[in-house]
Amino acid sequence: MIQTETTALALSREIREKKRTVRETVQETLKKIHETDSSIGAFLTLRPEEELLEHADRIQQQIDDGTLNSPLAGVPVAVKDNLCTRGLRTTCASRILEDFLPPYSAGAVERLEEAGALIIGKTNMDEFAMGSTTETSAFQITKNPWNTAHVPGGSSGGSCAAVAAGEVLLALGSDTGGSIRQPSAFCGVTGIKPTYGTVSRYGLIAYASSLDQIGPVAGNVSDCAALLQAIAGHDPRDATSLVRKDLDFTSACVCDVKGMKIGIPKTYFQDGIDPEVKEAVLRAAETFRSLGAFVESFDLPLTEYAIPAYYLIASAEASSNLERFDGVKYGCRASEYEGLHDMYKKTRSEGFGAEVKRRIMLGSFVLSAGYYDAYYLKALRTRALIKQSYDHAFTTYDLLLAPAAPSTAPRIGVSLEDPLKMYLGDIYTVSVNLAGLPAISLPCGFDRGGLPIGMQLIGNAFAEKTLIRAAYTYEQTAQGLKTTPTAEKEAHR
Amino acid sequence: MKQTYETIIGLEVHVELATKTKIFCSCSTAFGGRPNTHTCPVCTGMPGTLPVLNRQVVEYALAVGLASNCSIHQMCRFDRKNYFYPDNPQNYQISQLYLPICHDGYVEIETEHGPKKIRIHEIHMEEDAGKLIHDEWEDCSLVDYNRSGVPLLEIVSEPDMRSADEVIAYLEKLRKMIQYLGASDCKLQEGSMRADVNLSLRRAGSKEFGTRTEMKNLNSFKAIRRAIENEQERQAELLDAGKPVEQETRRWDDNKEFSRAMRSKEDAKDYRYFPDPDLPPVLIPDEWIQRVRNSLPEFQEEKAQRYIREYQLSAYDAGLLTESRKIAALFEETAALSEKPKKAANWLIGETLRLLREKNMDPEQLDFSPEHLAALIRLAEDGSVNNQVAKKVFEKIFEEDIDPVAYVEEHGLKTVSDTGMLEEAARRVIAANADAVEQYHQGKEKILGFLIGQLMRETKGQADPSLAGEILRSLL
Repeated sequence: MIQTETTALALSREIREKKRTVRETVQETLKKIHETDSSIGAFLTLRPEEELLEHADRIQQQIDDGTLNSPLAGVPVAVKDNLCTRGLRTTCASRILEDFLPPYSAGAVERLEEAGALIIGKTNMDEFAMGSTTETSAFQITKNPWNTAHVPGGSSGGSCAAVAAGEVLLALGSDTGGSIRQPSAFCGVTGIKPTYGTVSRYGLIAYASSLDQIGPVAGNVSDCAALLQAIAGHDPRDATSLVRKDLDFTSACVCDVKGMKIGIPKTYFQDGIDPEVKEAVLRAAETFRSLGAFVESFDLPLTEYAIPAYYLIASAEASSNLERFDGVKYGCRASEYEGLHDMYKKTRSEGFGAEVKRRIMLGSFVLSAGYYDAYYLKALRTRALIKQSYDHAFTTYDLLLAPAAPSTAPRIGVSLEDPLKMYLGDIYTVSVNLAGLPAISLPCGFDRGGLPIGMQLIGNAFAEKTLIRAAYTYEQTAQGLKTTPTAEKEAHR
Repeated sequence: MKQTYETIIGLEVHVELATKTKIFCSCSTAFGGRPNTHTCPVCTGMPGTLPVLNRQVVEYALAVGLASNCSIHQMCRFDRKNYFYPDNPQNYQISQLYLPICHDGYVEIETEHGPKKIRIHEIHMEEDAGKLIHDEWEDCSLVDYNRSGVPLLEIVSEPDMRSADEVIAYLEKLRKMIQYLGASDCKLQEGSMRADVNLSLRRAGSKEFGTRTEMKNLNSFKAIRRAIENEQERQAELLDAGKPVEQETRRWDDNKEFSRAMRSKEDAKDYRYFPDPDLPPVLIPDEWIQRVRNSLPEFQEEKAQRYIREYQLSAYDAGLLTESRKIAALFEETAALSEKPKKAANWLIGETLRLLREKNMDPEQLDFSPEHLAALIRLAEDGSVNNQVAKKVFEKIFEEDIDPVAYVEEHGLKTVSDTGMLEEAARRVIAANADAVEQYHQGKEKILGFLIGQLMRETKGQADPSLAGEILRSLL
């Protein structure tokens, strides 16, 4: 059996040391998913077992003949359903792509497969990644494995819940305004939003192109680093993809934060934050201090403008990115219509959910003649200023410590009643996307109800290794936090 | 009361670039493939796909911009033009609005009042759309994305033209220039060059512009001329009657010689332009501009001037030779190889252009080697072949690029200048044409031509014609 406490790196090592086979591993993973997922709802699509086992045997063959020896060889991975997977249904959790079979795989998926990992299935998400709870999915509600009355967060809720529930050890998510970090916090797992341009966006169905970034979700920092290492790298098919020199992220998994300068943005701890979250994050700050880091709070200006700037830019880009879903070429088309415009109207009215429509309308409005300067351009200028204020902060600090979300996971059904309040929940995460910076979200405690609390470490551009080193050091120190919903339940039994 | 009006015309010219691959993917740009065979996930707008800029498009845009005296935005950007139509797979076109690659240039045209500068407002890069095919029989529409993503340049002039003549001169100028650059073949009929005409009238002497219309669907120079004249008349009639000209887009119907309003300013679409976040700004360093500037070719006028100077050709001949860069290159090489520039010019202007017309071919399709033409010129010069034979051999060169020396040898086409042999043949001709000989003796000198013809026939056309005449005369 795969132990819930095991890591992906350890699992692959066992496989490569012939202590278990890839086939067994896949079978156990499928068994676990079949047992658990009816109560969690993390997966939208699983790859057919036959195909998986055949793939497993091929990987086994490569391992056996010595052609494959990568650190994630043989490990099953769950993939968010906005990443194209060749021949495997890719829906973005939207009716409009309900039966879409991409004829190509995303660059990140290709890299994973080259590293010998297996795509086990596709995970639920907010429709087109628009949402913070995974409740805007057109297909199903995903539940938080720590308490199934609560949401897993979003939009990568399916990926984070699958890891938290022990269904898989690794998953891919995408983060446009916090969509990896916030559900990671809500589900008590670790997730990284890399520097913009680190992971190819080719094959990632775009929500907001200038903000979207694919990243890893795992049960611990080392696995996260290894998964990031597997998917990072330049891709000529993505013009925004960067050529980066040092992608050896796993080498940063060392315990040492001595002399590291950590800044805590004051405004993040003032209004609207849940006291339990605040306390847990400040306790983590104490831990860093006790480990030899230099920690102080400081003023990070403009934080209050991040949310409006983010929603204007993201909606504007989304309104254009989602134009291609028109019923002409792929995806669903309304069954009855009269003429072209009626076909467009009905297809898109029926195919998109309420939150997607809201953002398309908002985005179309801010780009329209007469409003472009007042809204869109102003948001771009704000974005540049926010980037500057981070640049300034990083002249003093190696990294910043912040909460990942103002509260722990809300109950299912409450968030969508007040979209504006839901948007405000992104306060700690969106500015990182606006500035293109890397950040890691990792568990730092539990609230009284037993729901996980996550903290976020934000780095300067290309400083993933600093983030990983700090996160790893914290994780190794705060051993008591390394728990899973299953282990927790067993402890209470 | 009838007024005199001044016509104000500005042009938007679209040119399909001659790149091998599309602007944002590596699909072929070849014309005429089976529907949807030159496509991939990128140019059909599949989810998650991304555009990557073809640098050759920038290279061509720079060349056209520099050749038309434009300034270059060394940091230019692509913007999305959003509109729903099935020929546009993403439902936005990637174009340039805010920072086009070239701006503020001009070209000079010849008018009846002397040279005139037509200013260029901007030149921008964009992608072409696919093609809709309406199947009336099946009552459905099909879409072919082969053309989707083919690179275009849009060249926007200032409203500097005042007549159809000036418009045609400007278009000819652009076309020649772009063809010389090799950036496009600029064929109006095939749509690789398209022009939209913005036209307004104002009372003669007035400084204010009138309301303009935009005319689309102009597929030939002839159509452009007719549409301009028609629109001038239409607007003048409106103004004479005290009616306003509506700002609108009109579509020209060349069969009916008539234009129809497509859409007015009121239903002008809001394209919601914004910078394409998938494409980083294009940075064009000084060195790149310099390199393109240095590689600009000698254009038609300079070349023609040089031909007049260097080869003592007439202005007319120099003009014809420089019509196409291909013919000019053939001329220069042949002239150098044969050291007979006048003869080279004659072959290219005379026979080459005639055969091109006859075979309905483009100068670009010429693929015979200047070495072979030069060899033929030498054969004709030293009397090895006569004129008639030379023309036949040239056709072979034109069609199959044969080596004329070997060909003449193989087919025994050398001029017969062996007097003995010719005399023998002449006697046969005289014996066989008693009537003609009779007439000749009666003083009908002209009949000699007929007899020479017979002698040529007897020698399969290979007799040296002047020698043939001499021999016949002496025998008679």
